Amino acid sequence: MIEIAGVSLALGGSRILDNVSLTVPKGGVTALVGPNGAGKSSLLSLIARLRPLQSGRITVDGLPVDTTPSRQLARIMAILRQDPGVASRLRVAELVGFGRFPHIRGRLTAKDREIIAASLEQFDLSDLALRFIDTLSGGQRQRALVAMTFCQGTDYILLDEPLNNLDMFHARNLMRTLRRIADEHGKTVLIVLHDINHAASYADRIVAMKDGTVIASGETGDIIRPDILESIFGFSMRVENIAGRLTVLHHA
Amino acid sequence: MTEVVMQRGLVRHEGRLAMMAAVAVLVGVAFMTIGLRGDLAFVLELRAVRLAAMVLVGVAVAVSTVVFQTVCANRIITPSIMGLDALYVFCQTALVFALSGFGFAGIDPRLHFLGNFTAMTSLALALFLPMLRRRFDLTLMLLTGVVLGVLFRSLTTLLARLLDPNDFAVLQGTVFASFNAVEPDLLLFAGVITVAGVAIAWRARHVLDVLALGTDTAIGLGVAWRGTAAGLLVVVAALVSASTALVGPMAFLGLLVVSLTERIVGTNRHAILLPAAALTAIIVLVGGQTVLQHALGGEGSLGIVVEFVGGIVFLAILFAGGRR
Repeated sequence: MIEIAGVSLALGGSRILDNVSLTVPKGGVTALVGPNGAGKSSLLSLIARLRPLQSGRITVDGLPVDTTPSRQLARIMAILRQDPGVASRLRVAELVGFGRFPHIRGRLTAKDREIIAASLEQFDLSDLALRFIDTLSGGQRQRALVAMTFCQGTDYILLDEPLNNLDMFHARNLMRTLRRIADEHGKTVLIVLHDINHAASYADRIVAMKDGTVIASGETGDIIRPDILESIFGFSMRVENIAGRLTVLHHA
Repeated sequence: MTEVVMQRGLVRHEGRLAMMAAVAVLVGVAFMTIGLRGDLAFVLELRAVRLAAMVLVGVAVAVSTVVFQTVCANRIITPSIMGLDALYVFCQTALVFALSGFGFAGIDPRLHFLGNFTAMTSLALALFLPMLRRRFDLTLMLLTGVVLGVLFRSLTTLLARLLDPNDFAVLQGTVFASFNAVEPDLLLFAGVITVAGVAIAWRARHVLDVLALGTDTAIGLGVAWRGTAAGLLVVVAALVSASTALVGPMAFLGLLVVSLTERIVGTNRHAILLPAAALTAIIVLVGGQTVLQHALGGEGSLGIVVEFVGGIVFLAILFAGGRR
């Protein structure tokens, strides 16, 4: 369970987050949605202790993120930020292998190698395993980073817009994989999404943010409704049930 | 398949490393044996002291530069950006100014070394400790170092203008790196500091690999970034201070050595990069000194030779890289 209580964040005088309180239950896929500048990425950074907490309290599995040793947190929680540049000259398999770092700090064991191979396979990277990261396309690099995050093997996985740069095939593949590990392995996935239909199809719960506050939060079916979507995004859109899936016609 | 190729890559890196070690040993033997004349025991002892100093300084400069570049996520800066060597030059100028050339030459070398070492590490700690207490970020710290460096250089210029020409000549002898007058006593001091610093850097080699992925990714993988970065920077400062206090400023050597090494070994893995950079530095220094003694008749100082040849090699690499 991720518990957020009274968290505010100000950067250079402007308020980014304003007294956010939120509980993300253990297990399942929770989508974080909202317009640009709502504070979604900032909230994710604070949960993942990438930024120091200014006020309030955040715990993951009961561990306060600001005082628990970083390594201990890295064994239960993995984070993938939006577009983290990788400056190092690395092969894909090496990058993915860094996901094992919190568990071993050095030499890979046979079990680690199995996990790395499985992660490469999972994200369709086996053929690219020996390519250098700087020779990949944006989407391939994104998949390598997602694979590294998976390779960390944590109970909590935080992803900031992981579908960026991915084509339809790989975006669907990623969402289905997230769904499967949540269902089969009881993992907790917190994911920032821009495509509301991906959230509608794959998330158990949706948390909507706007102007640094949480304005709606609940089961997917309770959030994917025209009135609530309009209050979040500022325009009206139709919601249809197509072949048993809620579909938002936001582009028309 | 992946396994096999990765393994082969590792073997290739280790092969290159072994080759570099062999070249370093050859250069060392050449330095010790070419043109031996006169009292063998005396000459060999003199050369051994110089060789030890060059190995120490080479290792210290190479390791500190690699670690500094990784922590700062920048492959074209050297620890001299922190203003440590500017402080060193300023201290020497101030001492010559206050004591005159004769007084300066009369300072106990041990006291002199310790004084210089303490001044440089104190400046570094003054820069890094606020960073630990979350008041500074890395960029701001580096900028402060740059500004302090400019301040020390300006003060040095001012004092140098006021110096007597004879004193100025004494000063020139100390502010260019030179291995001709290394005190054997000081080798032990500098050696202990260098061995300790290199041991810490070597133990942190896997952490350094993770730091190279970027701050956010490193934190996500469980590295306590602030503490780790500040700790490593203190190690860098100690290594730079020890080598500078021993022979004088050698900052450019680090830039040259690390870019050369990266091209030779073709990996950013610190388990390979750290020893490879140290070996390159030893080859460059010992080779340079051998050339200086036997081809250039011992005129000038190694620092000048390294910076001159190094600058040309570096430009050549840049142009070659740009054309590819």
